[in-house]
Amino acid sequence: MRSLRRAFRAVRWYLRELTDESAYDRHVAHLRKERPQAPVPTRREFERMRTDRQEADPRQGFRCC
Amino acid sequence: MRTANARTIVIWTLVALVGASGWSVLALARGEEVSAVWMVAAALGSYAIAYRFYSKFIAYRVLKVDRTRATPAERLDNGIDFHPTDRRVLLGHHFAAIAGAGPLVGPVLAAQMGYLPGTIWIVVGVIFAGAVQDMVVLFFSTRRDGRSLGQMAREEIGPFGGAAALVAAFAIMIILLGVLALVVVNALAASPWGTFSIGMTIPIALLMGFYLRVLRPGRVTEVSLIGVGLLLLALVAGRWVAESSWADTFTLAPSTLVVWLVAYGFIASILPVWMLLAPRDYLSTFMKIGTIALLALGVIVTLPTLRMDPVTDFASRGDGPVFAGSLFPFVFITIACGALSGFHSLISSGTTPKMIQKETQVRMIGYGSMLMESSVAVMALIAASVIDPGLYFAMNAPAGVIGTSVQSASEAVANFGYTISPDALAKAAEQVEEASLLSRTGGAPTLAVGVSEIFAKVTGDGLRAFWYHFAIMFEALFILTALDAGTRVGRFMLQDMLGNLYKPFRNISWKPGLVITSAVVCALWGYFLWVGVHEPLGGINQLFPIFGISNQLLAAVALAVCTTLLVKSGRLKWAWITGVPLLWDATVTLTASWQKVFSGDPRVGFFTQRSVYQDGIDAGKVLPPAKSMDDMHTIVTNSTVDGVLAAVLALLIVVVIADAARVCVRHVRRPALSTLSEAPYVESKIVAPAGLFPTREEKEEARDAVAPTGV
Repeated sequence: MRSLRRAFRAVRWYLRELTDESAYDRHVAHLRKERPQAPVPTRREFERMRTDRQEADPRQGFRCC
Repeated sequence: MRTANARTIVIWTLVALVGASGWSVLALARGEEVSAVWMVAAALGSYAIAYRFYSKFIAYRVLKVDRTRATPAERLDNGIDFHPTDRRVLLGHHFAAIAGAGPLVGPVLAAQMGYLPGTIWIVVGVIFAGAVQDMVVLFFSTRRDGRSLGQMAREEIGPFGGAAALVAAFAIMIILLGVLALVVVNALAASPWGTFSIGMTIPIALLMGFYLRVLRPGRVTEVSLIGVGLLLLALVAGRWVAESSWADTFTLAPSTLVVWLVAYGFIASILPVWMLLAPRDYLSTFMKIGTIALLALGVIVTLPTLRMDPVTDFASRGDGPVFAGSLFPFVFITIACGALSGFHSLISSGTTPKMIQKETQVRMIGYGSMLMESSVAVMALIAASVIDPGLYFAMNAPAGVIGTSVQSASEAVANFGYTISPDALAKAAEQVEEASLLSRTGGAPTLAVGVSEIFAKVTGDGLRAFWYHFAIMFEALFILTALDAGTRVGRFMLQDMLGNLYKPFRNISWKPGLVITSAVVCALWGYFLWVGVHEPLGGINQLFPIFGISNQLLAAVALAVCTTLLVKSGRLKWAWITGVPLLWDATVTLTASWQKVFSGDPRVGFFTQRSVYQDGIDAGKVLPPAKSMDDMHTIVTNSTVDGVLAAVLALLIVVVIADAARVCVRHVRRPALSTLSEAPYVESKIVAPAGLFPTREEKEEARDAVAPTGV
């Protein structure tokens, strides 16, 4: 049972990391550590900023043939 | 002196024996049908040995990866694009980014020469060229804060070579998009089931985009699961539509599909990323990894027999219907992705180096991912080889050669030296619920038939048509995503170039500039798509060689940059690591370009082809497969464009290689003149294993990092 739960957690972790769903948590953790005074964006603001960055440089995340 | 223990020696001897037995059966089998298991054994055995020994040698002896040196991800960590990513996650990322339609299409087309030449090139090519290129580019880009290939070419070779590399990359992008779009058109033409399910991906993506933007920002996993569910529903619904009165609405002629695709590419590329591109990307990544895993499982469970000949007569005669030209050099440019692909160098020098945790991981990420892609190519080759060779040639020969009825196709296939009855051809189409499978060129439909053959063995014949359309959908899905993303990248390059002439273009959010450059890029690839669809000689067999040549030329640029960097960074004695693949790639590709430009055989040489048809026009004669004077003029125009393009691309690359050689020679003569723009050394604080599984030392190191010894 416990190993099953562990496997489930591992799969969930991998999917979140692979799809970059964890990007927001990572960014917040990064901000807290590096600049504790800086305001933390909401998830909505952060996700918008991320797609805007991709908009600005389409080579980010480009895929191959 | 390190000594290997007995267990290691036994294990690697066994691995070598598995690989060797695979190769021996493949090479020595004559006249009997060979099981695909031998191909799998040959490939996996060779990959294992190459990874264990050759990639390790390159990483530690040649590149001298330094586990104490901080990577850009660690030094420049901004929590967004630069961040140290777990190696297993990055492996998935990098693999999903490099593997697309390429490794699935090329091997299918190359199967016309038999399965053996393709298999040998895929496996040997990846070990000594493709995976080496990916890993070395990744390493050097990591040492340069994730610089792109173009930037590295400019900084390390010079502005002249750099500019040539840039123009080549742009031209290659256009050809790539045109050919990929052509593959989709050939797969969807006159197929209401396919057209409906692919069409449905647009509202599904819009819905996902809305969900992520407005309802629940950032919840990618859940929205992807919803999306995949809807996608499968659309696939099932496609059959209902095809059997209903709506079928005619979704039965589109190739020229109609061209208009739709170009319109889609244009609109999608000027819409915000979040609306279509980002959600489509999640969908295609999920589908890609899922389907590849399924296919691997299917091949291993069913172990189908290969029905294609090991080597067909077309290999030496060079008159194959799928593409003209003999084995050397054309197998080596037809199979690009999977063996050696220049496009990977754009990924290895873009996103991945900004995320890699440790320098030591370039081996697993760069070399390892490429081996995985190569295995995808092997599976595609298996899928193309398990179907009846007669059906294979009927599907892949242009209509100008085999006609449009099952009777004429059956006769034409008999002339190639294979047999398939008209009834069998009709039945094959019926089994996958398509009106016809004749001249379904482009690789995707053939792969889909092969995949449905393999999967139907597991699930029963009732699902055969579903699996066929599943495979079509899966390829069309990421080709459409590539059209959108590729148009954006092409536009970005064009904006940059035009910015030198008229400043506002450089501002990428300047709307008129954005629309104009998007329209130009779509018009350019749309032109090749239009030509491909209306080409009387067959679009794929005219355009695919140019695509292959351009992809391999980009690989030549990447390998030239790598070789220059090896020389300039004091690794002259190891320069052959990328120098020999460069030499091979340049020989193959320039030979192919030469033949495409100068060959006296009208099937191979574009200009000979042009003059044959021009003479026909002058004499007032219509030469088959042209049916009218208009067709004759189309052929003359297309051959001229294709010939000029092949010549210009080859020239650009010669410029890059010559410039790289100049820099290398100068460095060897007077090293003081060279500059190396490597980021300075900073000590790494991250402790992470180099390979997939941590070694005992790495585990101890990780433990010590948490609880330092002596405290």
